Amino acid sequence: MGKLPLRARLATTIGGAAGKMSRLAGRGDGSVIGGVIGLRVEPDLLALLAAGRRVVLVTGTNGKTTTTRLITAALGALGQEVASNAFGANMEAGLAAALGQAPDAPLAVLEVDEKYLPTVLGTTRAWAVALLNLSRDQMDRAAEIWLVARRWREALATATDCRVVANADDPLIAWAAGAAPNVIWVAAGQRWHEDSWCCPRCGSHLSREELGWRCDECGFTRPPTSWVLDGSSVIDPTGRAHDLSLSLPGRANRANATVALAVAGEFGVGPEQALPWLQKVTSVAGRYTQVERRGRQVRLLLAKNPAGWLEAFDVLDDPPVPVLLSVNAREPDGKDTSWLWDVDYRVLRGRPVLVSGERSLDLAVRLEADLVPFELAEDVDDAVNRVNSGRLDVIANYTAFQQIRVSLGRAA
Amino acid sequence: MPPARGAHARRPSSLGRVGLVWVYPDLLSTYGDRGNLLVLERRARLRGLDVESVMVNADQPIPQQADIYLMGGGEDLPQILAASRLRADGGLTAAARNGAVIFAVCAGYQLLGREFGGEDGQPVQGLEILNMRSGRSQRRGVGEILADADPSLGVPRLTGFENHQGVTQLGEGVAPLAKVAVGVGNGDGTEGAIAGRVVGTYLHGPVLVRNPDLADLLLTWAAGPLPPLQADDEEWTRRLREQRLAAVPAGSA
Repeated sequence: MGKLPLRARLATTIGGAAGKMSRLAGRGDGSVIGGVIGLRVEPDLLALLAAGRRVVLVTGTNGKTTTTRLITAALGALGQEVASNAFGANMEAGLAAALGQAPDAPLAVLEVDEKYLPTVLGTTRAWAVALLNLSRDQMDRAAEIWLVARRWREALATATDCRVVANADDPLIAWAAGAAPNVIWVAAGQRWHEDSWCCPRCGSHLSREELGWRCDECGFTRPPTSWVLDGSSVIDPTGRAHDLSLSLPGRANRANATVALAVAGEFGVGPEQALPWLQKVTSVAGRYTQVERRGRQVRLLLAKNPAGWLEAFDVLDDPPVPVLLSVNAREPDGKDTSWLWDVDYRVLRGRPVLVSGERSLDLAVRLEADLVPFELAEDVDDAVNRVNSGRLDVIANYTAFQQIRVSLGRAA
Repeated sequence: MPPARGAHARRPSSLGRVGLVWVYPDLLSTYGDRGNLLVLERRARLRGLDVESVMVNADQPIPQQADIYLMGGGEDLPQILAASRLRADGGLTAAARNGAVIFAVCAGYQLLGREFGGEDGQPVQGLEILNMRSGRSQRRGVGEILADADPSLGVPRLTGFENHQGVTQLGEGVAPLAKVAVGVGNGDGTEGAIAGRVVGTYLHGPVLVRNPDLADLLLTWAAGPLPPLQADDEEWTRRLREQRLAAVPAGSA
């Protein structure tokens, strides 16, 4: 930290102390408050803390926290310290706190809220950016995703020293990244199509084929890719296939891992080197954690929007393993629950379904319309008591997930 | 005051059958709009009606003989594209002229008018099915909304969620669907629009899920009088509705 100007050092120290006090007071992991106070003392703190490091920014609607973790893990192969906001505090304060806590780390992997990418890109002079996907999410407080993509596009167009690792299968991502001077295209797949029927460039209807998408009107087409997720393997730019046996479940995590491998590749870490590190990641900020509760194995899945729910269903244990669905609609969740109707719940038929959370009635009406039998549960403990099975899967949105984690004793 | 029925009264729906068309779900389905379709299907089937639903994407022609047409919300570019496709297709306008029921939400609602505001606020030509104009307001209206439906409709207080930057001015021959109790709506204290069997609203939630009487009104227009549902079949909807109505303190706009 010796190179930092005095005020930045002071800002980091005071911020760090505040973070520690916040942690001691039991208010989360303390990373945000530390950053907030630090930034108040030195408004340029983030730029000063980022200077001289190779910073990777990770953004997109779903998979930010997990991909950040996977990239951090893969860079472990380099044997250098990596700063990271591993717990998802992804606005300026969280980023400053993460860098402040690891002042000597030459590398940083930071997840960034979609809205803040253009600012943070400039502030941190990022060395690489990973763009995962864009789909509807918390529409009562987030901008329309086409606008988000347009701002990314404008910001990336001038990012000459930055490598952009982007998912070519998501048309909005392809359009946003397409303006960047240096793009590494990844075929990471896109299961949720409902937000990309329109050409992001001209607005016309996009045609979809097995291998991609194309606008018949303006000719905008899925770019050719150098990294490909192919079932359970990844094909690298030299054409070699690598078995992707992760500890994390599901297709979405294989997509996240493919992006992580492409980023690691830019650092000179090849797939053979990186994969053993990726396999060590078993849970991410409580997600995919398995907790024992009165003899039952409870597994926690976070899903915050329709695309996320689709991916969470993919990970569920086979029936008759029961599932608890829990939904809140607080500020961080988005106060509008309409998106529940964008999720197809019929896949849950044939297994016991329990519902809880502050908006359990919205879920109840939704499941009734899809002819999915269900029971109301007070909370996760009530759900555990009601199931006969030795296992219970839980899918919850943001604050519902945090409540369940707390009531399970933060075993994660 | 909303007229009960269009002047061009259409042939009554064939007995016991209701045809639903979801217009352009590829472009106009941002706020759980599928919910309006699912709730109409459910409530019709519980009455023993045969339901035939079709989803018509923007690259397909709009069938003209259905009973109820649904349109949902969308972002700016899809809304503009939908307007030009629907104008070129002409099917929805023809169906409206024949007395079909049209129920449109948010971007879909604005599309029914003479014009609406595009991505940079520029006026874009609408379908001219309703005599009204929409533009952009300075502020986005976001949050729970309560509105009292026109008493002639016999529908209790409407509950929904709104998220839009539109203001809508109704012209001659178009009446407000409701009067805003809490929220923004059209921007002048009124909410939505109705003319004959064409209804538009800024409410989602989805609106027909939270307001089953409005759903039944549309079905009645299409299929004639309906028997009430059994209490069991209404139980979750009733509880949800009570919770949403109670969640908004009066005068908290």
